[in-house]
Amino acid sequence: MRSAQNALTGEIFEEYAVLSVDELSRLCAVERTYIVELVEEGVLQVAAVEAEQWRFAGTALRRARMALRLQRDLEINLPGVALALELIEELDAMRRELQSVRR
Amino acid sequence: MEFKDYYKVMGVARDATEAQVKQAYRKLARKYHPDVSKEKDAEARFKELGEAYEVLKTPEKRAAYDQLGPSPRPGENFRPPPDWGSGFEFSGPGDGGGDRDYSEFFESLFGGAAGAARGGRRGFDPGRGEPGRAPDHHAKVILDLEATLQGGSRTFTLRVPEIDAEGHLISKERVLNVQIPKGILPGQTIRLAGQGANTGSGAAGDLYIEVDFQPHPLYRPDGRDLYLELPVAPWEAALGASVKTPTPAGVVDLKIPIGSHAGTKMRLKGRGIPAAPAGDLYVVLQIALPPANDEKAKAAYRAMADALPFNPRAHLGVLP
Repeated sequence: MRSAQNALTGEIFEEYAVLSVDELSRLCAVERTYIVELVEEGVLQVAAVEAEQWRFAGTALRRARMALRLQRDLEINLPGVALALELIEELDAMRRELQSVRR
Repeated sequence: MEFKDYYKVMGVARDATEAQVKQAYRKLARKYHPDVSKEKDAEARFKELGEAYEVLKTPEKRAAYDQLGPSPRPGENFRPPPDWGSGFEFSGPGDGGGDRDYSEFFESLFGGAAGAARGGRRGFDPGRGEPGRAPDHHAKVILDLEATLQGGSRTFTLRVPEIDAEGHLISKERVLNVQIPKGILPGQTIRLAGQGANTGSGAAGDLYIEVDFQPHPLYRPDGRDLYLELPVAPWEAALGASVKTPTPAGVVDLKIPIGSHAGTKMRLKGRGIPAAPAGDLYVVLQIALPPANDEKAKAAYRAMADALPFNPRAHLGVLP
């Protein structure tokens, strides 16, 4: 039932990935300038600068894709996306806290 | 095939204006967006909503849809009329973002998602990527907590968009057996190289699987730490004790300190999720009262009441 035979093996992306703007934009299927806009709006954080090139942590992929979905599906602008993401994170943290108080 | 009442899905009247349709969409989209909503069926509802909006916001599609009349006999099998679509012009479902998967009902009326209109919105560029390399796929799966605690393989069924021979976007089921990396946390992603789209020529894309956990009966994860509620008897808390406690790595003897109370938190270092570095297991004490359902138990409670000058409401400023 849970045999490891023939199972596909992958890695935890966030543990090793260091992404350039080009890689991140390819993974999100967006133009490079969109990633730059996400950084300027504070949605994405640049983890390091190497040879004048931005480097992102692997966690940036999930965040960028979430921003994209929110923008596309809810037709909100970037400052709205940034606000929504912050509020969603705050809400998640409060839900976790509530769970620990309730039990 | 099932008839879809798009007006009902959006909660608008059949004579709703374009502005009302848009307003209804925005409101429901915020409510059911899978990134925002915690409702169980959010993803399905959101998909249905997107499809309804796609039809009702496009004048040609809406006019064609209206021609079918209000919901035909409920439960009856729906088939598009033979003269369906004549006199209307539409091609493909429009700028759905490229990765939408439409109902059979929608596709029978408006065709599949193939066609030039896919992903037309600002900022999206689905055609880009390395030349000759097939696109990546992204999926989300819900794992049991044991998968990250012990590792092991799990089997998932993913729905994968594919373009068929006639150019229609269809969604195919794909069964994957994946080795779960021990210590993976919710929100993290398993990357499976070469398991994304395969166009037959050039390198295959990769598959990115984002994971989340099902609620566990014992442990509540918070980041890489785990929380366990451990019930103890009043005397175990008051006098101290050594009690058997489950941990992900097996049962351990846990020392309850003298004078513990409800909410006392004890940390078992490194007994949480085996990420690098491993999380901790926090044991939170609960005081469980034995029931006073026979004479012997009642006598024991009375003896305690006589022996202990205890007013649990002293801090409320009232007498016992």
